[in-house]
Amino acid sequence: MTSAEELRRRTQDLLAAHPPASTDRLDFLRARFDAGLAWVHYPEGLGGLGAPRSLQAVVDAELEAAGAPDNDPRRIGIGLGMAAPTILKYGTEEQKQRLLRPLWVGEEVWCQLFSEPGAGSDLAALRTRAVREDGGTSRSSEAESGGGWVVNGQKVWTSSAHVARWAILIARTDPDVPKHRGITYFLCDMTDPGVEVRPLRQITGEAEFNEVFLTDVRIPDSRRLGEVGDGWRVAQTTLNNERVAIGGMRLPREGGMIGPVSKTWRERPELRTHDLHQRLLKLWGEAEVARLTGERLRQQLVAGQPGPEGAGMKLAFARLNQEISGLEVELLGEEGLLYDDWTMRRPELVDFTGREAGYRYLRSKGNSIEGGTSEVLLNIVAERVLGLPSEPRTDKDVAWKDLAR
Amino acid sequence: MSAQPDLLYSEEEEALRAAVRDLLADHCDAPGVIARIESDAPHNLALWKALTDGMGLAGLLVPEALDGQGATHREAAVVLEELGRAVAPVPYLTSAVVATEALLACGTDDLLTELASGTSIGALAVALNVAPGAAYKVVQHENGLLHGELTGIADAAVADVLLVPADDGGLYAVDATAATVTPQVSLDLTRPLATVTLDGAPGRLLGDAEPAVRRSLRAGAGLLASEQLGLADWTLTETVRYLKDRKQFNRPVGGFQSLKHRLAQLWLEVANLRAAARNAADALSTGQDADVAVTVAQAYAAPVAVHAAEEALQLHGGIGMTWEHPVHLYLKRAKADSIAYGTAGAHREALAGLVDLQAP
Repeated sequence: MTSAEELRRRTQDLLAAHPPASTDRLDFLRARFDAGLAWVHYPEGLGGLGAPRSLQAVVDAELEAAGAPDNDPRRIGIGLGMAAPTILKYGTEEQKQRLLRPLWVGEEVWCQLFSEPGAGSDLAALRTRAVREDGGTSRSSEAESGGGWVVNGQKVWTSSAHVARWAILIARTDPDVPKHRGITYFLCDMTDPGVEVRPLRQITGEAEFNEVFLTDVRIPDSRRLGEVGDGWRVAQTTLNNERVAIGGMRLPREGGMIGPVSKTWRERPELRTHDLHQRLLKLWGEAEVARLTGERLRQQLVAGQPGPEGAGMKLAFARLNQEISGLEVELLGEEGLLYDDWTMRRPELVDFTGREAGYRYLRSKGNSIEGGTSEVLLNIVAERVLGLPSEPRTDKDVAWKDLAR
Repeated sequence: MSAQPDLLYSEEEEALRAAVRDLLADHCDAPGVIARIESDAPHNLALWKALTDGMGLAGLLVPEALDGQGATHREAAVVLEELGRAVAPVPYLTSAVVATEALLACGTDDLLTELASGTSIGALAVALNVAPGAAYKVVQHENGLLHGELTGIADAAVADVLLVPADDGGLYAVDATAATVTPQVSLDLTRPLATVTLDGAPGRLLGDAEPAVRRSLRAGAGLLASEQLGLADWTLTETVRYLKDRKQFNRPVGGFQSLKHRLAQLWLEVANLRAAARNAADALSTGQDADVAVTVAQAYAAPVAVHAAEEALQLHGGIGMTWEHPVHLYLKRAKADSIAYGTAGAHREALAGLVDLQAP
């Protein structure tokens, strides 16, 4: 097994061979990938060394100390956090070799084509169709026949679609079986002429997300991930990794939404009222407790005893972000009646705690909807953590094409 | 805020938990507690003897040089989680934590050794509702003797030694046989209160009362959060168990989404409370950031424990309203705990000063 000492040595070797000060950023990142220091828990030859994931921190610290460039992970979060682990688990050798390196260095941005206008919480009800190009059926018995797929449908809430080179896509390949069984997972080339990306303007005024219209998009069978009809299972890997990514954050005290309002409170005594004081103190305490819960979860992961608390963290942060930013708008009084800028823009990066109070208030409304609504998450906690009975299901054994619309 | 607090349980702490839980399973079942609380002897002194004489748990916070265990608040917190889970009527928080901390502050070695062994039970004669740093009632000190009446003293009925603050600023040790201790009819019958009347009682000066009381109440408040965690965890677990079993309308009641969401919400609160309580216990043991950690934990813990007990009662339906079912023990303890060592509101007010979020 690769030790911390070994990783330190390899990192120093990389730095010596490619001094960050005199090396092009992309060249350095490619060299880092090839040295197995990109994500050390990945296999050799795919940017890793098969080392424990916890040792990545050793490499990161050495590189940061040396002033090496990073791959700007916030810009390529969907690729790193969702596409890559899924490709690693289900991809062919050719797919892994072709896709993971440009993904990690950030040359090729990824987006996610999952949600649809008619398939939100009930994602498995999706209607985007993928049909065999030769006009044949899409039964898995013919999966090895090669050829390609033609995709038609509409996806929504796609961040980064306008800058993405690739998308992870789930589409219906068999409408004659129950909904979870007729889905297949694809890697979609966003430069295909049938892909149309339109900005989706949201209540903040900007367009952080897109609608993506797929019209006769051709995907070769070699870009299928996993078996035909097995897309729902493959997608679970993507979605589970999304939750791990959310749970891994480490915040200092006042590091989240409570920071700006606390600062305003301290600097603007003329805004204070007794009612706001009581509410602020309550939320400050709750934010601190939520931060500690996140820290405890992180310590459990490091100790190799992951707990189910991750499911709850998102619930807590959504509620707190909304209540705290709501309080902040109220605290600002007359200024709370204003808004910084309604101009329609397409930001590449989104910071929930950025901009001004009004933006934070409006953006946080999405926190209880995106990545699983709070209502669905409560069901998940109740069923998977507490073991309470599942919701009654009427769609489990019905062919997708016969479901009510 | 240099080092991160350790918010997990060590293997030793888990082993301690298992041992205490086993003992409680044998000595402290719910019907036994319900029968006991209305008797003349609401405290379970056989259990106390097993916890202290048998396991040495009264001495966790006492150094080994004084015949204690030389352990920390982290271990005491684990014991309190289990005692909370069983609403055990033993003077652990009051004697092994609060009175012990006062004696540690004063450096009273002989009494520490006695309390550590559990053969002697101590009680700080400050009303249970007083928050760390808040004003408390004192008795008069005249010609070497103490006079006065103090109310709301938890577990005084079984105390051998009372630690009494006097008007000269001193903290005095008074032998319980020299005082008149009168039980008060208490909301929480598992941690009964009493009135302590001193009518010319001799007292031994231990040291300055103010710092000793402040320190002991801070430790009491901080570790109370672990007791509240145990209470809340039991009520949640038991309610989930019951709702999987209980059927109405030809299905388990726990399958109704409105109830599932309430239980999931409660689970989230309990998970949060665990982090806050562990943080307080760890901070008390290291001394780092302890004021904020205790205050945050107490501002959060009381509403969660009360909410958990109230939900447990409601979701049990009619059976939850009976004297026979133990949920009322948890409700009464949780509600009393929400006042003990300062309410959540009092702790939030303290937080304003600690983190510089000043009042208008």
